[in-house]
Amino acid sequence: MLPMSDHLTIVIVEQDRDRALAIVDALATAGDYDVHVIGNVSGLARKIAALLPDIVLIDIDNPTRDMLEELTLASGPLERPVAMFVSSSAGGLARTAVEAGVSAYVVDGLQTDRLKPVLDAAIARFQIMRQMRTELAETRRALEERKVIDRAKGLLMKARGVNEEEAYALLRKTAMDQGRRVADVAEALVTASGLLS
Amino acid sequence: MKTVKLSVAYMPLVDAAPLIVAQEMGFAEDEALSLDLIAAPSWSSVRDMLAFGRVDAAHLLSPIPVAMALGLGGVSTPISAVSVLSVNGNVIGVSRALESRLRAQSYGFDFSDAALAATALAKASNGRLTVGVPFPFSMHRELMDIWCQATDLSGIEIEIRTIPPPLMARALADGDVDVFCVGEPWGSISVEQGAGALLLPGNAIWAFAPEKVLAVRTEWAETEPHLLGCLMRAVWRAGRWLSLESSHTAAAELLSRKAWLDIPSEVIDRALSGALTISQTAEQRRVAGLVEFHRGAAQFPWRSHGKWIASQFARRSGLDPVAAMDSAGGVFRTDLFRNALGATSADLPGASEKIEGTLGHATPVASGAGTVILERNEFFDGRVFDPDKT
Repeated sequence: MLPMSDHLTIVIVEQDRDRALAIVDALATAGDYDVHVIGNVSGLARKIAALLPDIVLIDIDNPTRDMLEELTLASGPLERPVAMFVSSSAGGLARTAVEAGVSAYVVDGLQTDRLKPVLDAAIARFQIMRQMRTELAETRRALEERKVIDRAKGLLMKARGVNEEEAYALLRKTAMDQGRRVADVAEALVTASGLLS
Repeated sequence: MKTVKLSVAYMPLVDAAPLIVAQEMGFAEDEALSLDLIAAPSWSSVRDMLAFGRVDAAHLLSPIPVAMALGLGGVSTPISAVSVLSVNGNVIGVSRALESRLRAQSYGFDFSDAALAATALAKASNGRLTVGVPFPFSMHRELMDIWCQATDLSGIEIEIRTIPPPLMARALADGDVDVFCVGEPWGSISVEQGAGALLLPGNAIWAFAPEKVLAVRTEWAETEPHLLGCLMRAVWRAGRWLSLESSHTAAAELLSRKAWLDIPSEVIDRALSGALTISQTAEQRRVAGLVEFHRGAAQFPWRSHGKWIASQFARRSGLDPVAAMDSAGGVFRTDLFRNALGATSADLPGASEKIEGTLGHATPVASGAGTVILERNEFFDGRVFDPDKT
């Protein structure tokens, strides 16, 4: 059964409020949609079913995504069957979405031309979010590593009576000799000294 | 030696061990492979990564490729189960509230008699139970199905709900589910976190249930037969190594690393050694064959396993059982398994299908070198599944 109204109903499953709002904004500029956000995932399948959406968008990295699979079962709580849209005619679009990190569940029978603008908007937004997340994780990791390297330098300076530059050179040489990253050698040193002290 | 890199998606569970061991212990390298193992956040994600070509192979719940072949669920790319990665490995647990009601009836938590456990649980339940399983297409779901159907639980209103394994302990503690069936280490973790107690191992319901498979796109199996053979041999040898008792400690240490499961090795060792802590009072239960990686031709992708899964789906979804079993039989690729392992020391069974549920004890069967011994494969209620009859 196709939805009667012209408005597509879209449900976004996203616990992070700012990210959810960013997707809502992106969809608002793409067309006139009836957009709902579900932030609390307890009883997810039932909540979605109550909204009778045409499309459900969820971050591909969201572990609660498996809860949505219940919606694809004929005996599930949604009367109209849904499918991860990629199984339908929109093959190429599918791959793009998966690579951008979106999973979209689409009610069976929805035309590809109605789906495309929604997905284009969502894909663009998800790509930006994914990039930001990767950058944030990278920055955090770099900071963490920096801290560990500083501590390892400090340990070496104390233990060997060398200056900072020499301590770093020693770390780097060891890393090169062992074919490891400086940060890994530093971490091993910090862990070992923690055990010995 | 020049190695070829293959990407493989997996879920961080104890039974992903054959893939992790293949890479870490050099079995992949022996076949000139290096495995780029990609941890996935959900089973749907593993399935999609495989179906859409993001990875070459995947650690997959054995019922998923069958569901895909039958057009159940969202994605229907043809997938081949080329070998079984693990047999058994699940546990059933109950909330603390149910645990105390069970103890009040003097139920002994024998951790072996599935019918007795069901009777006690039905009595403790107030007529209604919500059961958490990791995925709608999973052995967990099927084990719960046959357990509920053939016991006193058939008189109870059962709601089955999907909960991702890492969230299972929390769902039990919050009262979102009363009972769960989940793969290790997540059952032991729920005990560790004080969320519940363990009631039964999965093999108390079906003694030899194919749990995870090594899955590839059927089209990839056809275009890359050489790489597939290398991958299958590496994983087969990893499974054989894992089945040695002398490997358990090393395997538990390896899997516990931050890069893999990031869970204390002692908790992982419980599943590998079959010595589980089932409750807050540190009661121990020993289970033979809690998870099998090799023994009893565990890695052989019996077509009858695919057919059994299909017959279950057909019954619940109203599909034609004969057609469903036909499609599913072709998903479990005994042909590819024979091709890949034929030239090794692996001894392969002569048959590709068997009647499930008839072996009450370890039994030798016809095989190339005459050394294959199948393990007990009974269902708790004595049912028998003949893949040639419906």
